[in-house]
Amino acid sequence: MSLLEVRDLKVSFDTSDGLVQAVRGVSFTVERGKTLGIVGESGSGKSVSTQTLLGLTAGALIDGEALFEGQDLLAMTDEQLRRVRGKEIAMIFQDPLSSLHPLYKVGKQIAEMIRQHEPDVNKAQARKRAIELLGMVGIPEPGQRVDDYPHQFSGGMRQRAMIAMSLALNPKLIVADEPTTALDATVQAQILDLMLRLQREFDTALIMITHDLGVIADLADDVLVMYGGKPVEHADRRSLYYRPHHPYTKGLLESIPGSTGAKTRLKPIGGQPPSLINLPTGCAFHPRCEYVMDRCVTEEPLLAAVGDKDGFPDLGHTSACWLPKEAAGLDAEAENLRQEAVALGRSADSPAATVVDAGEAQ
Amino acid sequence: MSLTDLEAEASVPPASEEPDGRKIEGRSPWQLAWARLRKDKAAMISVVVIVLLIVMALLAPLIAKWVGYAPDFGDRKLGQTVDGLPVGPNGHHVLGTDRFGRDILVRSVYGARVSLLVGLVSTVLAVVLGVIIGASAGFYGGAIDTILARAMDVTLSFPYLLFALALAAGFGASVPLTIFVITFFSFASIGRIVRGQVLQIKEREFIEAARSLGAGSIRTMFIDVIPNLIAPVTVLGSMTIPTAIIFESTLSFLGAGTDPRTPTWGNMLSDATQSYTVAWWTLFVPAAFLLITTLAFNILGDAVRDALDPRSERLFAAQKANRKKKRK
Amino acid sequence: MTQDADVLVEIDDVYKHFPIKQGIIFKREVARVHAVDGVSLQIRRGETVGIVGESGCGKSTLARCITGLHPITGGRIVFDGQDISRMRGKQLKPFRRDVQMIFQDPYGSLNPRRRVGAIIGDPFDIHGIASGADRKKRVQELMELVGLNPEHYNRFPAEFSGGQRQRIGIARALALKPKLIVCDEPVSALDVSIQAQVINLLKDLQEELGLTYVFIAHDLSVVRYVSDRVAVMYLGKIAEYAEGEDLYEKPRHPYTNALLSAASIADPDAAERRERIVLTGDVPSPIRPPSGCRFHPRCPKAQENCIELEPELIVRDGDAAGHETACHYPVDPAESLATEHAAIEQLSTEPTLPSA
Repeated sequence: MSLLEVRDLKVSFDTSDGLVQAVRGVSFTVERGKTLGIVGESGSGKSVSTQTLLGLTAGALIDGEALFEGQDLLAMTDEQLRRVRGKEIAMIFQDPLSSLHPLYKVGKQIAEMIRQHEPDVNKAQARKRAIELLGMVGIPEPGQRVDDYPHQFSGGMRQRAMIAMSLALNPKLIVADEPTTALDATVQAQILDLMLRLQREFDTALIMITHDLGVIADLADDVLVMYGGKPVEHADRRSLYYRPHHPYTKGLLESIPGSTGAKTRLKPIGGQPPSLINLPTGCAFHPRCEYVMDRCVTEEPLLAAVGDKDGFPDLGHTSACWLPKEAAGLDAEAENLRQEAVALGRSADSPAATVVDAGEAQ
Repeated sequence: MSLTDLEAEASVPPASEEPDGRKIEGRSPWQLAWARLRKDKAAMISVVVIVLLIVMALLAPLIAKWVGYAPDFGDRKLGQTVDGLPVGPNGHHVLGTDRFGRDILVRSVYGARVSLLVGLVSTVLAVVLGVIIGASAGFYGGAIDTILARAMDVTLSFPYLLFALALAAGFGASVPLTIFVITFFSFASIGRIVRGQVLQIKEREFIEAARSLGAGSIRTMFIDVIPNLIAPVTVLGSMTIPTAIIFESTLSFLGAGTDPRTPTWGNMLSDATQSYTVAWWTLFVPAAFLLITTLAFNILGDAVRDALDPRSERLFAAQKANRKKKRK
Repeated sequence: MTQDADVLVEIDDVYKHFPIKQGIIFKREVARVHAVDGVSLQIRRGETVGIVGESGCGKSTLARCITGLHPITGGRIVFDGQDISRMRGKQLKPFRRDVQMIFQDPYGSLNPRRRVGAIIGDPFDIHGIASGADRKKRVQELMELVGLNPEHYNRFPAEFSGGQRQRIGIARALALKPKLIVCDEPVSALDVSIQAQVINLLKDLQEELGLTYVFIAHDLSVVRYVSDRVAVMYLGKIAEYAEGEDLYEKPRHPYTNALLSAASIADPDAAERRERIVLTGDVPSPIRPPSGCRFHPRCPKAQENCIELEPELIVRDGDAAGHETACHYPVDPAESLATEHAAIEQLSTEPTLPSA
């Protein structure tokens, strides 16, 4: 049994401007000790989907199933969910300041959390554990720092304290939502290093949500790319970076300056992310896609296997795109396949013809 | 946090949107706020109530003529019992009379004139004064800020009732004096909030952008700072009106506001303390008018704030909606 | 330094300190933030100078000193042969036409209560260049130039997405045909797929209009992509300054090495191959910067010498001309820092404000 299995999760919000479809059907599994990376831009639904699992999206309309060790998180009462949160599943946010109470000492907050979930631990023991945890995440002089207030910590130290807190109860799953986005490069390196080490030590599963493809390349086993509230590609790390199939994934990889310093012109994805109230018909990406075909405008593609493994379709690499499954990768051969498919799939007077060449203009 | 994200998402226009003639003229933040306000039923009812009250106040002499009693006319024949007590609501005096036999309906209608006049005029004065002082303090900073901010602190620490009673004793109670007192004690709290807002706006990058373009401080103040104050000031103003109305009634009740003979709600309430044990309507009617008026202004004020600040509205809507749960 | 006709901006030993004041009525200075602490740079016409560094290194403050938004505490800035560092108010107005800024936050840098046409047309108003129909025509030309639909002239900023708003900011900066544009983290608030659009636009405009850029960012790969020369800042000082490729291929300062090794790479194989230099601790407080070399408390190569003696920013042995490093013991390309540890015990790095 997988540690976490999410099936067809849908989340929407009823606002005065209309129904915001934040998540439109996401399924994924997380195995013990593994890392799932979820990549997407703002509005892709990457944060909302995990927040929903932990009951943090008040006022949302929710549908689907999320089995954590066989129990449906979405069917739990608030009380049951509270017991799971922290003890079984911990969360690390982008902004540690908003998750640490400003008026309580850092150590006390960690100790309180331990005592809340483990009532038979006394105050002195909880404090001792808080000091151990702070030391473990690399806070210097934890015995003194335990009595500091959050504002006395630097940004990197606060994020460490948050990690210490999330580890306090030895959870089976940690959900990290952009944990290093607010941090500088050298501090980000420290934190990612720490998370990797701790994960290995405690065999914790990790869901890493980020917009930074670099962070994912460092530590994810599997990667889920989301766009407009839906997953568009799901693959192991190597396949995703070296054999991307979905034009959106390919576009993301091509739009960042490479590490080689080549000054060839960047290839941006044209247009703007979609409105979640007024989603495009068919494939949500079609208005920005350079390979748009006739059927993309009307029919929504489903996730399907795009790779082969020992002669069978590789279910570990799926993509929601009408392009032929062989057209994966960044090389010229794959590009030829894509162009051939487009030549066949696009008629002159179709609605797709007007969206072509989204190029750089909008 | 997810909701603020969502708001940003929701405000992104659809990518495929084509410029059709209707859409090109951008909707201003005010038009958007008005559209939101119109959807709010409670706010619309409040607007209707306020408009009715204003119409009633304007038409007070006509109403008096139609009812047949002047506000100061003590009706000895039909307005008092043989023992000289007030009469309750009846065919001649629809809402009864007070202990001098004066018609409560007519007096209440005239009372609306004073209450609304004092409420609106002192609010406008307080807002203007508050914005000028608060904005100058926040925008120029330094010594100007220190002096103005301390002056506002001093004003706020005055015991306002004692001050009002002393003034009334010295100059005699009157409407202008009431307006002066209310303005004097309201502007400082508005000024403080405006100063805080200006300090925040000053830190925004568009102010820096204006400066880097070479814009002078007067231009920056009027083009970039003040327009961004209008929303918070509108909210502050609409919240100040009901406070000012109650303030006026309180002062009148204590004899430190308007001339005790003037028909105002506060004076009527003050009068009613002599008679409410035998004539409940003398207390009930002006109190009800006061309650309805302040309630309408308060609800409208809340709605204006929500309309101008869609984020809080969204959060509120989210709280109202229940999390849909699956049950097995 | 020599005056060179090719040099557009000469930044000469510039200091910018912010006083920290305490007290309710009588404020007195209790400490100073040493935001920029003796920086010298030359920016040539038509080139892009990138400035990288972590938060608090003073790169944004330096940008605001160059644009004249912050009066400088010491040193001098010469723009196009004119010393602007002592100018005030009206004297600065011609200079303001020549130097423009693009800001980081596409939401904060546009006044939400004004229409886009008015925002982009502001420079024409302020400098009394065009008004009425002429102004509208020019604004629409600018909108077209940056890839916005000129018909959206009457819209409000809230009706545009982040990338489009950044284009509005760029159009406003271009209005007066400036010589220098200072870009302060122009793409870091944008979505990945939009960043490339804006970077390409900036590059196209530079080619078309012969602009000079100062490009500030914390994203090393973006800076590498756009810049001809790159300066690495640490705690208010320049640690290393070199031609872009030279700096990235052969970094000499230990801090540059650490920064480059810490940057995330969107390539799993490369990410596994590289060795990370994980620095200890955090950036010290700019209120009381460390003595000697400011990097010494975190430096894996630090020696006694580094605590006392401040290294000069000069060309080191074996480096190309123009590759300046402020380090006593510059890193050899063959040397691997990742295996070493800080030699000197790190003292407290936390900012402590003196209590009142």
